[in-house]
Amino acid sequence: MSEKDKNAKSAGPDRLTEILKLWASRYSQPIEHLSADRLVSLIEKFLSEKPGGKKKGRKAGRRWDHEVIKEIITPGARVLDLGCGSGELLERLIRLKGVRGQGIEIDPEKVYECVGRGVSVFQADLDQGLPGWPDNSFDFVILEETLQTVHEPVKVLSEMIRVGKRGIISFPNFGYWRVRLELGLGGKMPVIESLPYPWYQTPNIHLCSLEDFMAWAREARVEIIDSHVLSEGEVRPLREDDNLFAEEVLFVVQGNH
Amino acid sequence: MGRPPAKVEKKAEARKKKTVKGPEHKASVGWTHSERVRLVDETSPFYLEAGGSVAPVDVEYETYGKLNAARDNAIFIMHALSGDAHVAGWDAEAGKRGRKWRERKPGWWDDMIGPGQPLDTEKHFVICSNVLGSCYGTTGPMDIDPRTGRCYGLGFPLVTVGDWVRLQALLLDHLGIERLYAVIGGSLGGQQALEWALAFPDRVENTIVLASSARLSPQGLAFNAVARHAILSDPNFNNGDYYGLPAPAEGLAAARMLGHITYLSDEAMYRKFGRRLQGKSAPEFSFGIEFEVESYLSYQGKSFVERFDANAYLYITRAMDYYDAARSWGNGDLAVACSRVKSRTMVVSFSSDWLYPPKECEELALAVCRNGKPVTYVMVPSDYGHDAFLVETEALGDLIRNFLARGRSK
Repeated sequence: MSEKDKNAKSAGPDRLTEILKLWASRYSQPIEHLSADRLVSLIEKFLSEKPGGKKKGRKAGRRWDHEVIKEIITPGARVLDLGCGSGELLERLIRLKGVRGQGIEIDPEKVYECVGRGVSVFQADLDQGLPGWPDNSFDFVILEETLQTVHEPVKVLSEMIRVGKRGIISFPNFGYWRVRLELGLGGKMPVIESLPYPWYQTPNIHLCSLEDFMAWAREARVEIIDSHVLSEGEVRPLREDDNLFAEEVLFVVQGNH
Repeated sequence: MGRPPAKVEKKAEARKKKTVKGPEHKASVGWTHSERVRLVDETSPFYLEAGGSVAPVDVEYETYGKLNAARDNAIFIMHALSGDAHVAGWDAEAGKRGRKWRERKPGWWDDMIGPGQPLDTEKHFVICSNVLGSCYGTTGPMDIDPRTGRCYGLGFPLVTVGDWVRLQALLLDHLGIERLYAVIGGSLGGQQALEWALAFPDRVENTIVLASSARLSPQGLAFNAVARHAILSDPNFNNGDYYGLPAPAEGLAAARMLGHITYLSDEAMYRKFGRRLQGKSAPEFSFGIEFEVESYLSYQGKSFVERFDANAYLYITRAMDYYDAARSWGNGDLAVACSRVKSRTMVVSFSSDWLYPPKECEELALAVCRNGKPVTYVMVPSDYGHDAFLVETEALGDLIRNFLARGRSK
């Protein structure tokens, strides 16, 4: 660390603490979980990393949330995967848990891949909702890394809750500290492992933070019955400060049918 | 609406260029011989859904590949309005049986069937039979009515898709096949495939419905009405009693021309013909054939009358009109009807099809889904219109191959 950086650090905390207190008075963020020292050390860590984020915590080709979902889904359940992509998750669930799986996907190429995998797939646009799909007709409806890509996220969530007894939702947390620093200090749209696309290529059009989602759930009277996060390469249950520390989140929800 | 961009056009042209496989080609089923069997004799008539009966009933069919020892590898292909049992390969008896048009080209779905093809004759026993009331070897209005000793003509009873499928089931009994690995068809053939899944759910393992839905749209009914009007008002029609006399060729040709319009799409017509003049650089200001599209339709009409019977066209379009799976099996509710389905199901639509539009194909798939049954619904992007199910053999071939590869449900 250079002399200049050390000075910055020693001068930093007091001023930062003031700012943080101001911040806390203005927003209802759980900022108390973050001491000024901790914030400074995060900034240091951020600055010492190569742009583009770290590549750790994920086994190649296998998503962390697939593992969690596999544990949550009960054997033989009826499962609907919204935005099922090329059907990897459903294929695994069918193979390992004997579920009765159905996918919905809009991209024709991915639909073909599903058929190649032997996964039943319905080509449709989630933004149109699920008209004609009966209430409560699935034990689980999965929305894996899809919520942030749809035009009508609330419509899709409501439909998910309508047709399923339980919903499983995973998405990148835009409140994650690296995201905040990339944008807040870096001044650039964040490109990290959970958000790997440059702004002009990203399919993510409705990003939200963990806090945003929880606020929606409270408003919509959707009950969150289970929560998991990926944080610094570790998969663990949700903690209080995870709006800052979770890179990706997974919720199991149910509506008040 | 306008001409599609040059790039799209080029791509589409490239797709269209297909090599016709000769009978010696390793992926061809080779020379074919049709079979004709009397499934119903005079003593036990075949009773029809709309009332009335036919006896005797002969059925012309073709098979490719070998039935395995377990007798569980059979795939039944159902043909559409103007189709026949000659679905693949080269008819060895085309000349002998007066079907000269078959000398020029292989069966109507040749790209899809053969050794190593999507419907692989190394693995599967493929069957296709001509429908009742048609004019390709199965009993129809051209045949002699034993009660009168004359051709049936309009004395032939009205037939339905349900009748066709029951007759196909009789053929299966004859062949000693209890359960089909798959039923598959496009357009009116797709409706037969659906009818199989509904009428004989225990006899079907996989159902593939292409460019087809549970019923024809009012627009489709309207097209058929105009087609029949052209035939019925032809001066040669003579109330259907024209055998041995000049046939109502103009009426049938007009019906076929209209049909071809409905099988294409606006984009496909721009690509195929545009507004180009036929063999001239300036219009002649006449009512003759001026534009390429007119020439195409005229050719299609003329060549059709060489190979099709006007009465058969009336009967088959009527069967197409009446088919309504919801009414037959669900008291008007398609989801109730589809609760009968036990097979794996795939429905494929084509984006520019306006005869069986994607929306209606999707509705069918959804009705199966509503019963908690897994279904695959795919809309193939294509500007070939309804014809796409015959033309888009690459995309469709992959889908069918893959769907069937995972097909054993138990």
